[in-house]
Amino acid sequence: MMRLFGLLVLLVASVSASSFATQRAPASDRFVSTGDVGQRGGQLVVAQRTEPRTLNPITAVDSPSRDVIRRTTADLIHVNRDTQQLEPALAKSWTVSPDGRRFTLLLRRGVRFSDGDVFDADDVVFSFQVYLDEKVASTQRDNLMVGGKPIAVTKLDQYSVQIDVPDQYSSAERLFDSVAMLPRHLLAQPYQEGRLVEAWGLGTPAAAMAGLGPFRFAEHVPGERLVLERNANYWKEDRAGTQLPYLDRVVFVSVPSEDAQAVRFQAGEADVVTRLSATNFELLLKDQPRRNYELRDLGAGLTYEFVFFNQNDPAPALSAEAAARRRWFRQLAFRQAVGSAIDRDGIVRLTYRGRATPLWGHVPPGNKAWFNQALPRPARSLDRARQQLRAAGFSWLPDGTLIDDQRQPVAFTILTNSGNAERNQIATIIQDDLKQIGMRVGVVTLDLRAMLDRVMTTHDYDACVLGLSGGDGDPNSEMNVWLSSGATHLWRPGQKVPATPWEEEIDALMREQIRTRDGQRRKRLYDRVQLLVADNLPIISLVSPNVLVGATTGLANFRPTVLDHPALWNLEELFWRGRRAGAAQ
Amino acid sequence: MRAPFALGCLALVYLSAVFAGFVAPYDPTTQHRELAFVSPTRIHFVDDTGRLHLRPFVYAMIPASTGTAVIEDRSRPYPIRFVVRGARGRVAGVADSDWHLFGTESPTPLFLFGSDDFGRDLFSRLLFGGQISLFAGLLGAALSLALGTVIGGVAGYYGGWVDEINMRIAELFLALPWLYLLFAVRMALPLDLAPTQAFLLVLILIAVVGWARPARLVRGLVLSARARDYVAAARCLGASDAYLLRRHVLPQIIGMLLTQAALLAPQYILAEVTLSFFGLGVEEPVPSWGNMLASLQRYHVVASYWWMFLPGIVMVPVFWLYHSLADALHRRAMST
Repeated sequence: MMRLFGLLVLLVASVSASSFATQRAPASDRFVSTGDVGQRGGQLVVAQRTEPRTLNPITAVDSPSRDVIRRTTADLIHVNRDTQQLEPALAKSWTVSPDGRRFTLLLRRGVRFSDGDVFDADDVVFSFQVYLDEKVASTQRDNLMVGGKPIAVTKLDQYSVQIDVPDQYSSAERLFDSVAMLPRHLLAQPYQEGRLVEAWGLGTPAAAMAGLGPFRFAEHVPGERLVLERNANYWKEDRAGTQLPYLDRVVFVSVPSEDAQAVRFQAGEADVVTRLSATNFELLLKDQPRRNYELRDLGAGLTYEFVFFNQNDPAPALSAEAAARRRWFRQLAFRQAVGSAIDRDGIVRLTYRGRATPLWGHVPPGNKAWFNQALPRPARSLDRARQQLRAAGFSWLPDGTLIDDQRQPVAFTILTNSGNAERNQIATIIQDDLKQIGMRVGVVTLDLRAMLDRVMTTHDYDACVLGLSGGDGDPNSEMNVWLSSGATHLWRPGQKVPATPWEEEIDALMREQIRTRDGQRRKRLYDRVQLLVADNLPIISLVSPNVLVGATTGLANFRPTVLDHPALWNLEELFWRGRRAGAAQ
Repeated sequence: MRAPFALGCLALVYLSAVFAGFVAPYDPTTQHRELAFVSPTRIHFVDDTGRLHLRPFVYAMIPASTGTAVIEDRSRPYPIRFVVRGARGRVAGVADSDWHLFGTESPTPLFLFGSDDFGRDLFSRLLFGGQISLFAGLLGAALSLALGTVIGGVAGYYGGWVDEINMRIAELFLALPWLYLLFAVRMALPLDLAPTQAFLLVLILIAVVGWARPARLVRGLVLSARARDYVAAARCLGASDAYLLRRHVLPQIIGMLLTQAALLAPQYILAEVTLSFFGLGVEEPVPSWGNMLASLQRYHVVASYWWMFLPGIVMVPVFWLYHSLADALHRRAMST
């Protein structure tokens, strides 16, 4: 009996090996990874802040869900997180018409979904049909609209599609990044029945799902873990011709706070940790000689932290004091004085232990392609701050309290979100800095949702410390922030007509750069936007924290990046050097 | 421990908080941004040459190139002097003065208990924080006892439906999960409060939530005192309610009230600490023991800087003194 069983195993193994060989795509259609050649086996344990809410690529909005889904799905054209350049993914090549509005994509042949079904142009057409369907209300829909009109996708033959962009769009190829291709054979029916939104929840059996990513869903134990397993049909291979990925399993565990993640990682219960705070990074660094992990400081990332003032039109019911505050916040000299008084170096030293870069513009140096080096970087000066205030009609009482021209003392509050120790500390530093020019500042901590509600909806706040991650680094991902009509135009969202000449100019510049395909010209346009923001200080940029990550020793091909996801972007290439097999679970 | 001794020690603790402006060497909100998380400054008696100094001295600190570590600049000792002039500040809330109990001429501060995440002197913050935390406890106890005495006294003395209503309300308050109630009440109030407003608010919250237990106790005592023969006799002789309460009932319960006060005060210190720990009490940069301990919510602080536990540790002797006092008062009340 045992012999028979052994023979069977051998037989199955040889069949699967040969079936891969027969299924191998023609050489021109293979994707060969450039990473080190590795060995199969082992698992990787990844800690997430919260559990994913869904495995549905169409409806996922929370980052834990997206982090998982991007491992189980693939896109047509991909932004390489390391080089920040475009690379072919499911589309092996593409051509662009001279006017930049028509794309012809050639798909890889021989690509199969994780359940074995063939991927072709029908799946592409179906995917875009779903994403662009208003009734489905997918999160990608907005990104796939250009100039208010949807892109059009047409099948040319089984392995080529044509995509028409309705308007000039500077980096149209980037639109396809992270737009997951969906299996028509599994989702067409739920789509027709209008049940697509409920499809692929965490309770869906693994067999009912399929994707084109390096891993596929295996199991979910609520409150405990979500397990992905190797996709045996994945379309990438290494230089030795071995099919990727190397790892057998990836386990996502939810660990609620950054502190707890650091502890888990330190104890060897998680293999990868990203978004470490500088303080925990220092702590782990000190402990490193005794432990089995390595840490990397990737330098300035794309995130920028800033403080901004409420410049919305005061509601009629607003008290006289609150209306006076709005009046100060709209004065450029007031914002300039605040900018002059803030000790950015102090923030870098105290909050980030030196692992951050002070900022005078909103694009951090980590965004190499777009950073404007020519922006002025005035040093901190309380004298200059006082001069700016005096020139704007402010004066001081004998006890040092700053008063405005109506003799109202200058006092306001700064909002930060609880659970973000760095921002709290930044707010306290600003509070102390502004005390020195006579402003009385209170620091108020709210949970993130309540804070954003005040900023975006009720406009019931004075000032706020916030950070933005800058998307993929391209200015197009921040259109919503800089257009005066944008919903996240933080200081004064959703304006019908630009309130100031400089906001009008930024609107024009942003609209022009999105239609320009000449990279250098776009850079010049966006440099001007950065200068206008730095001059008019709707947001006062403070610092850009370094991206700090760690991984268990022996994890090969671990090449963390500043773009999302810093550690898992090349998950298919990761493997364990030596005999290690990842953290115990 | 005898009551006068415990009382004396407590008085000393409270006085050093009241006169924090003099006892503390620095302003509690002054940041030294080069010197965050500096361990308590070492106080030396012997210098590098082996010479013994009768007057203790310290060395200036130089921030190390990386991290938060500092090194001592041993080129020059700075003796610690007592009753010196330093930063100008308010003492006991009445007078401005620049006199301090001790200080050095060192260019860097003398951090007796180390410094916090903004490089503020923890010892000074501890003393100024005591002004909030210690007095929130004491005044909170006084206020809730006063409320409890009036309500419990009325209920016990008059009995009947007055008693029923008051005591059912008291039971309702006892059954409430008070910590969550405090959170809820605090959340409903304006976010930005001046330190004095926040302090008063904490005080009122504590009293409003805390009156029920002393009220039940006082009711029981008054009930039993009222039933005494000599009280009944006085009543027959035409004594008024006010006279009876003042002359016969109050003396019966005063000992228990003082004992209760000594038991409640540390509880309410803890209540203030809890509220401020969760960011619902006094806000930065004004120190209170609770908001000082709040930084311990972060892993790297717990793991790396033991002196940040000091605001928690100083509560132990304070509570012990209060409990010794309560014990002594209780014995005294029992023996009379």
